[in-house]
Amino acid sequence: MISLDVNGATHQVEADPDTPLLYVLRNDLKLNGAKFGCGLGQCGACTVLVDDKPAFSCLLPIAALAGRKVRTIESLGTQERLGVLPAAFEAEQAAQCGYCIAGMIMRAQALLERNNRPTDSELRAHMAPNLCRCGTHMRILRAVRRAAAAMGGGVRDDPERTL
Amino acid sequence: MIGKTLLLGIAIGLATALAAAVAVSWHPAIPPIPGASPESFDPAIVARGESLAHIGNCIGCHTARGGRPFAGGRPLQTPFGTVFATNITPDPETGIGRWSREAFRRALREGVAQNGDHLYPAFPYDHFTKASDADIDALYTFVMTRTPVQARPPANQLKPPFGFRPLVAAWNLLFLDKGPLGDNPNQPADWNRGRALAEGLAHCGGCHTPRNEVGAARGDHAYDGAWIEGWYAPPLNANSPAVRPWTADELFAYLRTGLSATHAAAAGPMGRVTHALAQAREDEVRAIAVYVASLMAHAPATQGAPPPADKGTVADASHPEAAVLFAGACAVCHEAGAPMMQEGRPPLAWGTPLHEDTPNDTIQIIVHGLAPPAGRSGPTMPAYGESFSDRQLGDIVAYLRARYTDKPPWPDIPRAVAEARKEGDE
Amino acid sequence: MIGLSRRSLLGNGALVVAFSLSRRAVAQDPGKKPALPGDLEKFPLLDSWIRIAADGRITVFTGKAELGQGLKTALIQIAADELAVPAASIELITADTARTPDEGITAGSRSMSDSGTAILNAAANVRLLLAETAAWRLLTEVDKIELRDGAAHAPNGESLGYGELAAMLSLHVAAKPDVARREAGVGVIGTNLPRVDIPAKLSGGAAYLQDMRLPGMLHARVVRGPSDGTRLKPGDIDAVAKMPGVVRVVRDGGFTAVLAGQEWQAVKALRRLQAAGWERAGAPLPAEDMREAIRRLPAQDVPIFDTPGPPSPADGQVVKARYSRPCLMHGAIGPSCALALWQNEGVTVWTHSQGVYPLRKALAELLRLPADKVRCIHVEGSGCYGHNGADDVAADAALAARAVPGRPVRLQWMREQEHGWEPLGSAMVVELQATLGADGRIAQWRHDVWSNAHNNRPATAGGLLAGAELDPPFPRQVPKPIPMPEGGGHRNGNPLYALANAKGIYHFIEQAPVRVSALRSLGAHMNVFAIECFMDELAKTMGADPIAFRLAHMSDGRAREVMQAAADRFGWAGRTKGGNGRGCGFAFARYKNLAAYCAVAMEIAVDRGSGKIEIPRVVAAVDSGEAVNPDGIRNQIEGAILQSLSWTIHEAVAFDTAHRSSFDWSAYPILRFDAVPAVVEVQVIDRPRQPFLGTGEAGQGPAAAALANAVADALALRVRDMPLAPEKLRSATPKSG
Repeated sequence: MISLDVNGATHQVEADPDTPLLYVLRNDLKLNGAKFGCGLGQCGACTVLVDDKPAFSCLLPIAALAGRKVRTIESLGTQERLGVLPAAFEAEQAAQCGYCIAGMIMRAQALLERNNRPTDSELRAHMAPNLCRCGTHMRILRAVRRAAAAMGGGVRDDPERTL
Repeated sequence: MIGKTLLLGIAIGLATALAAAVAVSWHPAIPPIPGASPESFDPAIVARGESLAHIGNCIGCHTARGGRPFAGGRPLQTPFGTVFATNITPDPETGIGRWSREAFRRALREGVAQNGDHLYPAFPYDHFTKASDADIDALYTFVMTRTPVQARPPANQLKPPFGFRPLVAAWNLLFLDKGPLGDNPNQPADWNRGRALAEGLAHCGGCHTPRNEVGAARGDHAYDGAWIEGWYAPPLNANSPAVRPWTADELFAYLRTGLSATHAAAAGPMGRVTHALAQAREDEVRAIAVYVASLMAHAPATQGAPPPADKGTVADASHPEAAVLFAGACAVCHEAGAPMMQEGRPPLAWGTPLHEDTPNDTIQIIVHGLAPPAGRSGPTMPAYGESFSDRQLGDIVAYLRARYTDKPPWPDIPRAVAEARKEGDE
Repeated sequence: MIGLSRRSLLGNGALVVAFSLSRRAVAQDPGKKPALPGDLEKFPLLDSWIRIAADGRITVFTGKAELGQGLKTALIQIAADELAVPAASIELITADTARTPDEGITAGSRSMSDSGTAILNAAANVRLLLAETAAWRLLTEVDKIELRDGAAHAPNGESLGYGELAAMLSLHVAAKPDVARREAGVGVIGTNLPRVDIPAKLSGGAAYLQDMRLPGMLHARVVRGPSDGTRLKPGDIDAVAKMPGVVRVVRDGGFTAVLAGQEWQAVKALRRLQAAGWERAGAPLPAEDMREAIRRLPAQDVPIFDTPGPPSPADGQVVKARYSRPCLMHGAIGPSCALALWQNEGVTVWTHSQGVYPLRKALAELLRLPADKVRCIHVEGSGCYGHNGADDVAADAALAARAVPGRPVRLQWMREQEHGWEPLGSAMVVELQATLGADGRIAQWRHDVWSNAHNNRPATAGGLLAGAELDPPFPRQVPKPIPMPEGGGHRNGNPLYALANAKGIYHFIEQAPVRVSALRSLGAHMNVFAIECFMDELAKTMGADPIAFRLAHMSDGRAREVMQAAADRFGWAGRTKGGNGRGCGFAFARYKNLAAYCAVAMEIAVDRGSGKIEIPRVVAAVDSGEAVNPDGIRNQIEGAILQSLSWTIHEAVAFDTAHRSSFDWSAYPILRFDAVPAVVEVQVIDRPRQPFLGTGEAGQGPAAAALANAVADALALRVRDMPLAPEKLRSATPKSG
């Protein structure tokens, strides 16, 4: 039995201790947000927050999580009451197939909690570990900008930089 | 009477010494030239210079993170303080746009700037001095055809008295061996070319040769290994800790692609070196490989011992917690059935970091991961620095040592983890 | 009182229908039967498309599938608008062999024209029936009935809800072709109704097939070599069967799958078997680039188009160019997955295949079942962009589940299995030749394109990977070229420009060294790239402005308008002159010359030292006919542009002679946020009441060509072979503009 702190609640889980967090979130805790995209730490579809920092849940065995706090997109509101970032994604209709989006939101959430006034290139660099194949990048960036503004911050343009 | 003579003698001696010091340390300014237009340079020579610039990885030091190429500003931490790389774009005001060929050559050969100031040997002119005239000239041509950028680096922050430039003159007197090496007639052309590049522009010893207290390379310990930016650059000579031989072919593949199928992927500062060498001329990289492989011709790995076996069962029993972490976090890529292993990537037992006397490089790789240049394909490993606590990291590192090597356990891993976390950069 | 007695007199609504039918039957000319629009022609019964329950709930059925393109939302909007109900009151059922019409494959950007049009017209028919029934019951004329908010209202204020009306009539009747849609919409079509599927995706709702959990479900992994054309060496099956949690190792000929109670246990079992290593199965792959290799294989010449015209002037200027692209990967972010359950001597498969009906047929053959014992239900997966692993994994799941009847089996492909086994977009070569007359116009045009097949979707068991692995194996499915006007490798090989003395030939190469099939836009990406780059090259030869040159050859008014709109919005006339690494490019195409019109203009800056491309601005204009959901159209075009930039700048599947070596994202890098444009603007030109034009594949070709044209403008360097990778663009010597 392993004890996990997920979205503010403690869960007792019967999975093998080397099981990556992703499978436990999805199969034991029935949380749909984090997705299997590669299992290799290359695409970010599995991104969750661990102690407020973005992590690839596909590469994090639950044995490593004693005393650490996991947050998934389910902690950012419900379908009826979306949190700030998910609401911004809804407003911008920032999804095509949407499979990458939960990971994108958690990745962005980590940034905005730490710094809600990033520059544009800081934002892009921060999001770079997460892949989107449908090409929804523009809307994802717009949604994060929108959420940053809603949090009292805002994404700043970089100083003029021509090649 | 005797006292006065003695005093006078000392005074004259000191004055002479001072005059000599001044004479040695003073260099005239070389008159600036009007900037030349890029079209005035021969494209073939520019291309030669481009390859050499990749060999020397000029862009690596002379570009700030997120900055414009060659515009300087990148900090280099030394035991003497922080030096900021200069702007070597052809900007006439803030770069070297008005440097003549002669001024450029003097900078690389003697470590003296156009205005006569000594350059700090953080700029490895003690290596670049070994480059040929033709190579320096080609480099000049390349640099003068880059895009000019107006940028001044921050002021250096050197601990006194190391900021005092004329002191460098003394350093040069003691440690600078000016001028190119002659060819060794008993060696083939590619070995000689490789040596000229490795000892010269590629400045391999800049990382792989230990330095003395005043930061000069210890000639009696050439390629015995040294520390750079929180990583350990292992010996490249008969003391190489590698457990598979570094043949010229393997070393060429490693330098060119960042991956050796019989060793490991290049990580940390060496990763950046391979990104640069990937863009240099293939024959020049191969020459470097031929030379450096020859330095390791008598390393233990060449004795033909088989590489260590995977002692998974034993290590799992002695490090049960780490075994669990490894199974969930590392095995996905590193176990035999994993996708990259199906592609012929080397097993962990073959890579040098686990066999070094220090766990530092193993720790750094796990903490920082490694990646090819943006948009390129190549070995990739995510950063685990935030996935694991220091204790977990230490456990894993001890487990890897036990599982994949026949070497004794590393002593004091917790201290190594703490130091690595503090110093490492990526 | 009167109503009651009439009701008792007339019983149920069947009589009303009978009246309606007989009235119309008399009016019809029996010799001429006009076709029904869209897929209504194949499924003319109204209740195939629309059902209304007694409580008024409306269910709409489509044989198409939601792929993340916003189709569900658009179809709901169409039905809601025509039936005058709020969108939220409509439930849409998508592709299910037990419940929905067989609309083939959700592909070719045909969903709006096939299904949207059918639903629009079916809804118009239903609206008329509801109005007629209400008119009869409320004792007024049909054209005095107002339908709104789910009820029919008479002028005297009385109303009847749709539920009540539906109980009085039957929708199990054929649609009439001459029923007009309502005069004016009720404000649902043409609005940016928020996507009905997005909220669940933002809050951890169950939104994908991958989120399904059925009681007693087992987790499975299929066991194969690393990629197409390889096989694993024999492993220790017995040891794996004894691993913790492993319930079964399914073997049938060469097909192997492991089933476990926990997903992670299945993964570990798979890895154990993969540790045995692999070998090539079959002839080695060519050592050379795939686009060269396929040209040495036998080709069948298929005409694309042949427009006669006066012979080329003898003193005309001849221009030739050759363009090409490598194999490309779909690269779905979520590797393919399927769920299967055997019960009652049949099997249900939940799948994200684009075609549940053809899949069912192939599975029935594979599993040796009658078709009516196989049910395929589409559940959304991640974006697939064509024929990826979805069908194969459905077969894998069905075979794995056959070993454990009564227990649902969820089989998930691994990342490297999707990368290794998905059918690729074929490598292609296009050779163009044109003659320019003295008047600066194109006087002759010749287009030759070489390609492997762009459609090998499973129609038979041999089209599924497992079909070749079972013992005995099923015969290999042989692909055939897709006929024009749709086309496969020759899709969009016929330029929309008004050209005479123009001819195109598709050299269809059936023999493929690697597994290939449909990748979004099929041949259009390559053909439009080639044609639109060539137009720029011709314009340059004449010293003409690229857009002016195109307009001089374009008589299609909507095409002209789209081109002009993009040019104006971009500020083409006032753009900075190209050079020194900065440049602008433009391109246009009408997808298949049948679907949406799209023009793209972009501005780029290339770093000469690294060859890296920065894209400050992209402006596009699109005409998709009547825009049901304008934001949905914008979303699709934005996505198409970015996806095409990734293909065109970064992507090429790598091979060695033994296998496909692009095994994961590290070996097949795609566009990441650092390389994304700064600004992408899409202008939607709405054509109310015009036919819906498919949009999902309209942007890829123009974006690719606009990029190459911008590079040519920026560097005075024409790169004709995709990808336009940094190595091709960087150069030691800067050139001044």
